Amino acid sequence: MRKRHTPKDRLITVALHVALAAGLFFAAFPIYWMLSSSFKSNTEIFALPPTILPKAFTLEAYAAILGDPVKLRFFFNSYFVAGTVTVLTVLIALLAAYGFSRFNFRGKGSLNTLIISTQTIPPITLLIPFFGLVVSYGIFDTYVALILTYLVFTLPYAILLMTGYLNTLPRDLDEAVAVDGGTSWTALWRVIVPISLPGIVATSVYTFLLCWNEFLFALTLTKSTSMRTVPIGIQLLMGQHAFEWNQMMAMSVLGSLPLLLIYLVAQRYFLAGMTAGSVK
Amino acid sequence: MTRQKRSHHKLKRAVAPYLYLSPSLLIIGLLMLLPMATVIAYSFQNSAVLRRDPTFAGLKHYQAIFDDPVFWASLWHTLYFTCMSVIFHMTIGMVFALMLNSDRINPTLRNILRVLYILPWLFTAVIIAVIWRLLLEPNGVVNSILMQIGIIGSKIEWFSSPETALHAVTFANIWAGYPLFMVSLLAGLQGIPKDFYEAADIDGAKAYQKLIFITIPQLMPIIISISLLDFIWTMQVFPLIWITTGGGPIYSTEVLSTYTYKLAFSSYNLSQASASAVVILLISLGLTLFYIRYQKAR
Repeated sequence: MRKRHTPKDRLITVALHVALAAGLFFAAFPIYWMLSSSFKSNTEIFALPPTILPKAFTLEAYAAILGDPVKLRFFFNSYFVAGTVTVLTVLIALLAAYGFSRFNFRGKGSLNTLIISTQTIPPITLLIPFFGLVVSYGIFDTYVALILTYLVFTLPYAILLMTGYLNTLPRDLDEAVAVDGGTSWTALWRVIVPISLPGIVATSVYTFLLCWNEFLFALTLTKSTSMRTVPIGIQLLMGQHAFEWNQMMAMSVLGSLPLLLIYLVAQRYFLAGMTAGSVK
Repeated sequence: MTRQKRSHHKLKRAVAPYLYLSPSLLIIGLLMLLPMATVIAYSFQNSAVLRRDPTFAGLKHYQAIFDDPVFWASLWHTLYFTCMSVIFHMTIGMVFALMLNSDRINPTLRNILRVLYILPWLFTAVIIAVIWRLLLEPNGVVNSILMQIGIIGSKIEWFSSPETALHAVTFANIWAGYPLFMVSLLAGLQGIPKDFYEAADIDGAKAYQKLIFITIPQLMPIIISISLLDFIWTMQVFPLIWITTGGGPIYSTEVLSTYTYKLAFSSYNLSQASASAVVILLISLGLTLFYIRYQKAR
């Protein structure tokens, strides 16, 4: 056992706590500043010396965002696109993961490598052909364009995550269904899906997050203000009212809310998704 | 089961995996592999996308890119941005993970700090960009704090002066990205068998010796694979730079992705942009092959 009462040891403990506090300042101050600025008036944000707590606490920035149908539409678009892509991705990935996890077949290894490598395709590479395709099929500036292009980027992650999860489930369960004369399809829905809920939740969370954060395709494949998502909305706000910092911060807080809530409620699933790429 | 039934069953087993995989393969084939082939084709055409009957251009667009000093500047900025980001993500992630893993802090504090240290990771690139624009405004809080404690004498325009802009965006990215390392290393630290440290204690090893001879070698596989992934992903940076500096001032923060984007959607030179996109793809694929080979060797 380590001795705890020597002066040197106490000094190390104190130094560690000072370092932890410095780390906390580094990690959290920018976020704190965003939050506190969203409750300030525009003049107070640049007050000298800076006010750490809002001196005149106000919700005017939030009222301005939530009272503006144009901005609410950004939120609706983001939720709608991310929600739809999440449902589609999880369904399609579940089927693929089941194939990978429960069957041996010719080409399995190379298909797996293909899916791992598609994770790292740079979005900018696909942007130009996507633009060409989207324009020529007449779906420029529609939800369909966003949903289809997001799907390509969420699927590989989702397949790897789901396969990883299904591999942890014992095979006897679905083999029991096969012995009873059931097909693999029955086994999937009767046995696998009900016990895979944690894996499905983790995959959904991560997919939702990827879509919620997407910027490049939303910027290029949509044009009208009514089709824009939250990240583009923030950029637009920046261009229009370069000095309305409190509104920009309020919009950023509202735009971060879904991820923060998911993180606080489902931390375990969240981290499972975020670190999946590195563990696989 | 009769023999006929059994062979029928076998056939089903053989076809089934392909059926389960078909929706995914269809999407990846049509919306990823085909577009990749298309962008390569575009890069050899004149007026790609814009004209219905583009003519063959040979290597002209590649030549144009390699002759463009802005391309080389972008490549250099991308490398600087990426290398610095990965090195600092790793260092900060490691330091935080080691601090949180220490048995000198009480478990409640540890859990609270763990949640708070992860925070920067939860924010979208656009929001990170907006936060740092506010912090680094000439009249913003960073300048006013630095002036108060006397580190700088006058207000610095972090994002709009060519000397500081690249460092400023890199710093913002360092802040945003270290938690991936921290979380993975923390998980790795908890997986190192306690006996290793106990044996070292018996031999009278000092703390730094335990770090160098036990902890770091044990974490090496995680460090290497996360560094590679982080490198590949950081290289693709777009929104952070687009929102903070837009590649400016005077190209001082232009990276490969903003360079390509501007070629395509500001100059409408989609052929040349495709050539640039193919170059980015090749760099990414090279690194990916390296990553996959490393993962398989493990």
